[in-house]
Amino acid sequence: MSETTLEIKDLHVEIEDNEILKGVNLTIKSGEFHAVMGPNGTGKSTLASAVMGHPSFEITQGSITLNGEDVLEMEVDERARAGLFLAMQYPSEISGVTTSDFLRSSINARREEEDGIPLMQFIKTMDGALDELEIDQNMAQRYLNEGFSGGEKKRNEILQLKMLQPEIAILDEIDSGLDIDALRVVSDSINGVREETGLGCLIITHYQRLLNYITPDFVHVMMQGRIVKSGGPELAKQLEAEGYEWIKEELGIEDETVGQKA
Amino acid sequence: MTVKTQFPYDKEYVTTFSEKNNEPSWMKSLRLRAFDLAHDLNMPEPDKTNIRRWNFTNFELGAEGSTISSLQELPEQLTDFVDQENVPANIQIQQNGTISFSALSEDLKEKGVIFTDIFTAMQEHSDIVEKYFMTDGVSIDEHRLTALHAAYLNGGVFVYVPKGVKVEEPIQAIFWQEDNTSALFNHVLIVAEKDSELTFVENYVSHNTEEETVSNVVAEVFAHDDAKVSYGSVDNFAAGTTSYINRRGVADERATIDWALGQMNDGNTVSENVTHLVGQFSVTNARSVTAGRGKQSQNFTSVTHHHGKDSDGQILQRGVLRDKTTSIFNAIGKIEHGATRANAEQESRVLMLSGDARGDANPILLIDEDDVTAGHAASVGRVDEFQMYYLQSRGITKDEAERLIILGFLEPVVNELPIASIQKQLRTLIERKIY
Ligand SMILES: Nc1ncnc2c1ncn2[C@@H]1O[C@H](COP(=O)(O)OP(=O)(O)OP(=O)(O)O)[C@@H](O)[C@H]1O
Ligand SMILES: [Mg+2]
Repeated sequence: MSETTLEIKDLHVEIEDNEILKGVNLTIKSGEFHAVMGPNGTGKSTLASAVMGHPSFEITQGSITLNGEDVLEMEVDERARAGLFLAMQYPSEISGVTTSDFLRSSINARREEEDGIPLMQFIKTMDGALDELEIDQNMAQRYLNEGFSGGEKKRNEILQLKMLQPEIAILDEIDSGLDIDALRVVSDSINGVREETGLGCLIITHYQRLLNYITPDFVHVMMQGRIVKSGGPELAKQLEAEGYEWIKEELGIEDETVGQKA
Repeated sequence: MTVKTQFPYDKEYVTTFSEKNNEPSWMKSLRLRAFDLAHDLNMPEPDKTNIRRWNFTNFELGAEGSTISSLQELPEQLTDFVDQENVPANIQIQQNGTISFSALSEDLKEKGVIFTDIFTAMQEHSDIVEKYFMTDGVSIDEHRLTALHAAYLNGGVFVYVPKGVKVEEPIQAIFWQEDNTSALFNHVLIVAEKDSELTFVENYVSHNTEEETVSNVVAEVFAHDDAKVSYGSVDNFAAGTTSYINRRGVADERATIDWALGQMNDGNTVSENVTHLVGQFSVTNARSVTAGRGKQSQNFTSVTHHHGKDSDGQILQRGVLRDKTTSIFNAIGKIEHGATRANAEQESRVLMLSGDARGDANPILLIDEDDVTAGHAASVGRVDEFQMYYLQSRGITKDEAERLIILGFLEPVVNELPIASIQKQLRTLIERKIY
């Protein structure tokens, strides 16, 4: 796989006239795993949404580029085909569309119209991925995310990651709702993709537990809509042990959420 | 003072037509009575749709059809409607109201199942037909269009399933209005005796995008005690046809009548689907789906009418509206006094694909009994932008994402059509209408 770089510079994002991101800088390259941590409501999901092109958010300043190409100029589907992927914190439920049909459409969207993935090949790939993620085969025929448990939704997001093979993936709280065994299964799968494809990844999480399975190269802390501290894997361990108070003290932050001006 | 309405064909025509078909005398007199009534009766008044200026009088009658000797000779316009892989064993194709092709398996014949065109049925099974034809289901004096239906009747089929007989292979009827100006006054009469089972599927096809004409379709389904009838339909009259469609069921004790109606006409349409739940524990699932385009105006009324105790009526309506189309969805649960423990639920959902389209979903409960359960849900909305975002975030283009969401939205009805090839055909028609 060729070297890919996602570069986020001085990103400011608003929703309904509220500024939520206030200048985020972050660069993710192929093979690199970045963890983003931080208290609730500090802008982590907003960052993920802004990169993918969520319709509710407005970019007011800054840039996002993928290998130098302006991501902000791209439609959501173009971003995906350019190599971006977002495992969402709250995936949509889509009634009447089976998971299998959806996956097939997603794969075919990356291919020429007359060169759709042959059905048998698709089924084989999907069955393999379902097995690896210990997902019941029936799920493929169920409507996308409809009535899925919290953990099933998360596994389904990783199923998609595995089948679509993006260059850069953002995983937003992929560990929430997963039981301990599922966490291991999902982590193994992500590590597998990391090794096979040289995936670059931004992992949003609240817990060191996930990072025990998926070792990050970098750890960033978000507060007030900015990355306020970065470090190596040891930073996450320190957060797990000590919480966020010390960072707030160190930086003189009283309210870490985005509501308050810094 | 009422002005006497002129109809394009007179009493003389009706008499001659009846005699030409060797109809029994009861039918001839019914036609003539209906013809007189048509002058005096008012037009139907579908709730929230004004049909006063619709064309119900400009049409011709009398086009002939031609026959084919096997399904291999199926005209190109119909190939989509016949399963090429599992060639149907029980099928009748009518062209302009006359039989083009007809087949019924030996097995069903031996068991006493009757599947013929409506004219043959009147001659050969006069007693049964007379008992059920426009008596307890739809009657000729409901309004002008039911009267005209009997007067001008020129096509249709009769299906009879004897007591205890389970028809496993579906019975299919294709009504092909191949002549562009000819009107179709089509009647489907189904009688399912006690403890019998039937799956019936019908298709209406025409091609008159410019020429104006009329369709006036009545279906009556009688499910006696413990009988199960599954009724699927794909209506596909072209833009020039103004349609009046009335499908009615009467369910006796523990009988079930399930409807899956794909209402894909391109012209103005009034469609009503009423099920009388007469017997205790009778059941109906009345599902219908439509896709509107162009300037067509449509009115869909589904009714579950509960007379029997413990009767269960479920209505599910789904519509997708494009361009400048207008569609009204009325879903009515009516529970009579004495129908204790009846359950009536209505769900109508409409998806608007254009700012110029108009859609209206009206769930209505009319309850005359205390001890019942009922519920309804209705919505008129647009394609959800977060669902679009989710699909697009996987690389799926905007058009394809919208297509998936729309087809998914209609799937709960499409999926219920009793024959896989008809499901496929309906999906194709939906896509053709939406894009
Ligand atoms: N659609 C929205 N409408 C209004 N406010 C929003 C919306 N989405 C996010 N916000 C606000 O933006 C702020 C940041 O939210 P965001 O979801 O990015 O936080 P987060 O860091 O992901 O939090 P968590 O750890 O709880 O998931 C919050 O104050 C939130 O209420
Ligand atoms: Mg979040």
